[in-house]
Amino acid sequence: MNTTIMLFLVQDGITNGAIYALLGLALVLVFAVTRVILIPQGEFVTYGALTYASLAAGQMPGTAKLALALGIGAFAFDLFVARRALHARLVVRSFITNIVLPSIVLALTLYFAAQKPPVPVCIALSLVIVAMIGLYLYRIAFQPLAHTSVLVLLIASVGVHLALQGLGLLFFGAEGQRGPAVLSGAFTAGALRFTGQSITVYAITIAFIVALWLFFGLTLYGKALRATAVNRLGARLAGIRTTLSGQIAFLLASVIGALSGIMIVPITTLYYDSGFLIGLKGFVAAIIGGLVSYPLTAAAALVVGIVEAFSSFYASNYKEVIVFMLLIPVLLLRSLAAPAVEEEKD
Amino acid sequence: MQSRLPILVFAALMAAIPFVPGMPPFWIVLLDNIGLAALVAMGLVLLTGVGGLTSFGQAAFVGFGAYTTAVLSTAYGLSPWLTLPLSLVVSGSLAVLLGLITVRLSGHYLPLGTLAWGLGLFYLFSKLEFLGRNDGISAIPPLSIGAFKMLSPGSIYYAIWVAVIVSALLTMNLLDSRTGRAIRALRRGHVAAEAFGVHTPRAKLLVFIHAAVLAGLSGWLYAHLQRAVNPTPFGAQAGIEYLFIAVVGGAGYVWGGVLGAAIVVVLKEVLQSYLPLILPGSGQVETIVFGIMLVALLQLAPGGLWPWLISFLPERTGGRKPDTSLKLEHRARTVGESGVLLQVEKARKQFGGVVAVNNVSFDVQAREIVALIGPNGAGKSTTFNLITGVLSATSGSISVLGRKVDNAPPQEIVKLGISRTFQHVKLVPDMTVLENVAIGAHLRGHSGPISSMLRLDRADEAKLLAEAARQIERVGLAEQMHQLAGSLSLGQQRIVEIARALCVDPMLLLLDEPAAGLRHMEKQRLATLLRDLRDGGMSVLLVEHDMGFVMNLADRIVVLDFGTKIAEGTPATIKTNPEVIKAYLGVAA
Repeated sequence: MNTTIMLFLVQDGITNGAIYALLGLALVLVFAVTRVILIPQGEFVTYGALTYASLAAGQMPGTAKLALALGIGAFAFDLFVARRALHARLVVRSFITNIVLPSIVLALTLYFAAQKPPVPVCIALSLVIVAMIGLYLYRIAFQPLAHTSVLVLLIASVGVHLALQGLGLLFFGAEGQRGPAVLSGAFTAGALRFTGQSITVYAITIAFIVALWLFFGLTLYGKALRATAVNRLGARLAGIRTTLSGQIAFLLASVIGALSGIMIVPITTLYYDSGFLIGLKGFVAAIIGGLVSYPLTAAAALVVGIVEAFSSFYASNYKEVIVFMLLIPVLLLRSLAAPAVEEEKD
Repeated sequence: MQSRLPILVFAALMAAIPFVPGMPPFWIVLLDNIGLAALVAMGLVLLTGVGGLTSFGQAAFVGFGAYTTAVLSTAYGLSPWLTLPLSLVVSGSLAVLLGLITVRLSGHYLPLGTLAWGLGLFYLFSKLEFLGRNDGISAIPPLSIGAFKMLSPGSIYYAIWVAVIVSALLTMNLLDSRTGRAIRALRRGHVAAEAFGVHTPRAKLLVFIHAAVLAGLSGWLYAHLQRAVNPTPFGAQAGIEYLFIAVVGGAGYVWGGVLGAAIVVVLKEVLQSYLPLILPGSGQVETIVFGIMLVALLQLAPGGLWPWLISFLPERTGGRKPDTSLKLEHRARTVGESGVLLQVEKARKQFGGVVAVNNVSFDVQAREIVALIGPNGAGKSTTFNLITGVLSATSGSISVLGRKVDNAPPQEIVKLGISRTFQHVKLVPDMTVLENVAIGAHLRGHSGPISSMLRLDRADEAKLLAEAARQIERVGLAEQMHQLAGSLSLGQQRIVEIARALCVDPMLLLLDEPAAGLRHMEKQRLATLLRDLRDGGMSVLLVEHDMGFVMNLADRIVVLDFGTKIAEGTPATIKTNPEVIKAYLGVAA
């Protein structure tokens, strides 16, 4: 085999793998804190990417309106839950986070969309919009189910995925879109050509992994999240608001998803339904990482990306088969290495 | 367990539907689809709702069933009736293969693992040449009986619903049997079930195969209904959809699967045909509404709709008391169950740097009550776990009747006649007391899954239940026999555990804090029971914190502190032992 081709495939695999790593990290995070297996993670990716691409093309993305609509829903849920003891402070706070904030963002989006905003503005708006969607989704769909089993949460997660995917088609149409590069320019090193975009992908992935590591290791909120992950009841008794932990987890997951989307949409054309598969490959990485370990997930994601790159070169027909079947030996090894000592959890 | 009348009524109703004058043919198509989905969902009910194993991969098994018959009946011209067993065998044997890999996965790996191979197989279906790649296989012959060809949705309707009702009956029969109880115990963790001889990986594999065969049956019917197959209906989306059919209907209930299928199929159809009229426009509005309704439904009824519906029915109280005159054969005895029953020699258990049990030695003789006492964290429950094979010892040896049983699995220990209760009660809360106790007699029954499904197990089953009822009466809970175990007080649940342990017909009973949570009178009754058992030839090893209870009951006491044995002797000598007093009170008296 040709060394150049091999290097090229490895490079390609690492770029994709970096994205899967980010998504895998987000999935692990959300699962650990809320027990939700976040199938809509893929939608965060496409929403981020397509919102960014639409804005850059001077179109008004429907996601901004969705954020406001979900915000209104979240506000209604807040009011309904607190209906017996409505404090002014609570109402005002909920009103600001759920109604005022998305309204302002919607106004800004309307203003900017008309005039083909510069790339940084597009990125900022897309991130904020998707972050709000993630936050409100948790409030509306998952927080009322927080006490139920993993299975019920999973099915709810599927419901959210279906609804978001349908909305994606409504907002962005069936046509695929591409966005402008975040960082243009390129340089070559030996046989390899590094684009500004791929450098951005590496840099942001590494930055995020380090940031998450610092967040969980050093900050109080990070520790609170970890505590919630280990023992919900214990965390509550220690005064940690588990709903807050859930909100933070979803917020982070949606930001990570949107960011991943923004990073890949200049490289590959994304469709409204591309997110599912991308998210699933993040899943594969997350499972290999055991849904608990961040560094392992990141490493696994790189492997997934590289395997994918090689199999799409040698057996492109069987690319997906190979990637998903990659899991079976890993799972086998895992179950042989650590026979499950599970206790009843219901 | 349940009266068959409602099922007969339901079957008659379903049989009559096509004869209703003016019945739109389209409704029959819907009912066909409901039946097909219900078959798969029923398997998932057993797998997920009852057995606690979540699978996203069921659509792949539907695909195996459909493709098997498609290939064999088109390329090789086999009769569809011949391909039926082959379809089921293919689904079933691939389930064995995939099951061997995946059912060992614990917790959340399992659903994700099934999702992964579900996806992989979907892509495989769409890439393989002999399966027709993305186009699939068409011109599949219809089912036929003699000259009668089931070409219309109305004619295959009966084949589908006969399959659904028969499968439901078989599945319910299976659940209401020796094997069924083992399956129902899976969801609550495997430790308790294994302590009574249930081979949990095998039980898991069994439900996995059962669900796959039902899915394969659905696939076979699907292929002959559509008379064409392509990969689309066997993808991950479909696998997810089957799962939420089961959850929406009520994942723990066989009929919940049918109800869920009806709801989801009808809902999708209604949304698809009427929503565009209300909300015109491009896009999959129906998917959006469907997703939202799914979340809303879960928030309103997280347990599914079937249990919500039957909660409106008048509660059926009581059940038939088993005929206790039936005798169950005794456990196969080893010769000479006398002398030293259990010998623990320098048993040691380390968890990392922590020595939980430090070279502890003691024995239990025949017809003897030995108490294992010590402050919290002394290693008493760990010692129990070492004896019963739940944990394996780091070093040292444990012998039963003079034979070393080092690190034998729990299923083997119980065969030697050692049965136990747990410090943290491990009953299946949604099973009745009788059913829970009958798990104890698991090894004394013989009926397998097939005979249970066909109801050939009734003689065996009646004896098991009779034995369970006898033991329940013996411990004084006859009144609660048909109540759900979860509805009993904690103290009573401990007593239920003792009855379950007695069902083993043990020579040595290991009781982990049996008196905790009991009232004074109940403790006295327990003490009397244990003395009776000893006088009847059984030995008892118990861990207990109630000193009054222990001192009055035990023949001999072993005291542990920080994993080390500090004293052994009769209650009188232990009471005055300075080491013991120091361990409990912290000062030398």
